Amino acid sequence: MEAPRKLASELTELLADSLIELQEFRGQLTLVIQPETVLGACQKLQAAGFDLLAALTAVDYWPKQPRYAVAYQLYSLERNEFVGLKVMLADDRVDLPSVEPIYPNANWHEREVFDMFGIRFRGHSDLRRILMPYEWEGHPLRKDYPLGYEEVQFSFNFDEIERRKKYVKD
Amino acid sequence: MLQPQMEITVDELRHLVSDRAVQGDTMLLNMGPQHPSTHGVLRLLLELDGERIVNCVPDIGFLHTGIEKNMEAKTYEKALVMTDRMDYLNNLGNNLCYCLAIEKLVELDVPPRAQVVRVLLTELQRIASHLVWLGTHALDLAALSVFLYCFREREHIMDIFELCSGARMMTSYFRPGGLWRDLPVGFDEAVRQFLSYFPKRIQEYESLLTDNPLYIDRTKGIGAISSAQALRIGLTGPPLRATGLDFDLRKAQPYSGYEEYEFEVPLASNGDTYDRYIVRMEEMRQSLRIVKQALDRLPKGPVRSNNRKFVPPPRSELGHSMEAVIHHFKLWTEGFPAPAGSVYLPVESPRGLLGCHLEGDGGPKPLRVHFRTPSFANLQAIPILSRGHLVADLVAIISSLDPVLGDVDR
Amino acid sequence: MGIEQKLGNLGAVTTTLENAVNWSRTRAMWPLLSGLACCAIEMMATQAADYDLSRFGMELMRASPRQSDLLIVAGRVSRKMAPVLRRLYDQMPEPKWVIAMGDCCSCGGVFNNYAIVPGVDEVMPVDVYIAGCPPRPEGLIHGILTLHDKVMGEKSLRVA
Repeated sequence: MEAPRKLASELTELLADSLIELQEFRGQLTLVIQPETVLGACQKLQAAGFDLLAALTAVDYWPKQPRYAVAYQLYSLERNEFVGLKVMLADDRVDLPSVEPIYPNANWHEREVFDMFGIRFRGHSDLRRILMPYEWEGHPLRKDYPLGYEEVQFSFNFDEIERRKKYVKD
Repeated sequence: MLQPQMEITVDELRHLVSDRAVQGDTMLLNMGPQHPSTHGVLRLLLELDGERIVNCVPDIGFLHTGIEKNMEAKTYEKALVMTDRMDYLNNLGNNLCYCLAIEKLVELDVPPRAQVVRVLLTELQRIASHLVWLGTHALDLAALSVFLYCFREREHIMDIFELCSGARMMTSYFRPGGLWRDLPVGFDEAVRQFLSYFPKRIQEYESLLTDNPLYIDRTKGIGAISSAQALRIGLTGPPLRATGLDFDLRKAQPYSGYEEYEFEVPLASNGDTYDRYIVRMEEMRQSLRIVKQALDRLPKGPVRSNNRKFVPPPRSELGHSMEAVIHHFKLWTEGFPAPAGSVYLPVESPRGLLGCHLEGDGGPKPLRVHFRTPSFANLQAIPILSRGHLVADLVAIISSLDPVLGDVDR
Repeated sequence: MGIEQKLGNLGAVTTTLENAVNWSRTRAMWPLLSGLACCAIEMMATQAADYDLSRFGMELMRASPRQSDLLIVAGRVSRKMAPVLRRLYDQMPEPKWVIAMGDCCSCGGVFNNYAIVPGVDEVMPVDVYIAGCPPRPEGLIHGILTLHDKVMGEKSLRVA
């Protein structure tokens, strides 16, 4: 476990002005940084050798605040290390600068986060829905969006469900 | 629900296409979701200048299944079933990624026998996935006999999976803590028989394609990309290794005992379609090596962890142990709790880097499961790879990237 | 089928002609290549050498809906894909049949959420449902043979 400790101190020094907290869980490093500094932090990390953006995702902690966390995973080929960045966003301000200028493959990942959570990325070249149909309303992976499942067809709701299925033949 | 706006005007996509399209100089062609060569429901909006592609805009989402949200509504073990269906050519690989993530999150041990069996079956799954890739790739280039040969081999692998778990594809054989149940009698024999004749079959496929001038004409120089560009656009797996960059998670960040096996990671230099083919063919051979080593070293012992807080007891114990009954009841009705915190676990799928971001909140259901799937990231490279090529080359390029739309859309 | 319709119910002649027509329809049904997800892989495996579909006349899968008579919906139908499938179904000329292969298009399958249409029969009428996730190749063949039986029993020549 020596490498993570050295890495941790190096990264703490590198991102001193934007770092809020350094978390280590199960041997994995996560740096929680200020939302607006994510572009600068990624630039510094890329210069330090983290050249692959492995993952970009978001988590919804509703009803806890701050509600959203956007998690980045960066990988450095020469050091062979994964490092995680985390940005916490509150409910009233759900936008972030886009890291697409630095890591072009963030394009589709950020579109997916926008589609599923409604987090806007400023400076993104083409922010539209990617997985849901274009005119879909709502952001499915938010916790207050229902799962949308179909109920079991018992006799009390038999007709209601039957009306939806025009083509079912007996 | 059935009248959504299927026609999108050029105005809305103006920022994606070049000016020549708006003037009518180039043609916009829709290579729709239902197409024989798009490997599933992928829609491509092509901007063509004659037959040359000026720009290509992929449109995905036709197979979006809401797996991630659905997994949040189930307990950890019950949500495992959904991972089979994501990348449906690499079922055991997806299971492995998710199980390793759970085991890391709750710090669950896995017995050595289970680890070796996991490696064995994952490598067999890798061979099966590459066989389907080879079959459909050759089918796209109109080499039909390779398709039939590959599926014939794959049937043998499916038989082995059916021996172990009862299902050909959606096995859900890997569970948190180890395997579902022990290997059956006859497993050893079946795998050895497979190992004995498969190398000659790989040679057969290579003799049909590798030196074939028709194949070389259609794939050499098509869709070439440099390693720096590939890394920036997020390509991983065989497409990245075909550009010369040695990045294989089985060697870089070994999991489940991979550091104990001897195998090589094939690399190529040009990064074009032909090189991706060479890399995958060689990967099949290396996977065979790993399967043989795993089979030879298979230790005896339990196949699932004994930690009854997370692993249900075997049914034979339920007759005479009250604790077993309580554990069984608790685990199957409520599930086991996971601590609050997130792990990210990357594994090497046949398509590239498959990562599972698993976040728990102290309860029995996951707070967030996100799979960073390789096909989703690899598909972003299609516009770059296909610029300036013909439409027929685009077909070869897509099939060489090996996208599986279940992986892309989840 | 113009002349047969004009002849109407001529008893023994029509029934034999009907049998002949139905028999020929079953022996050369061309499926449309509409594999969506995992079931499509099993459909391809059924098409391949071990379980051969060409012995039932389905040697090739037509890519164009205008040239096919059978739509095998193989895989999960998402909300984005449903109108596309409906359009494909509408583009197929009569006579046409639909097989819903697998659990996801029969009833929604394992998935019960916002993104999947629970059963393709919300979108188009289905003739045969095949269960399984994914159904074994033998299961698909059994479904196709059931469809053949159904077609043989159809009254295709009576003026409906």
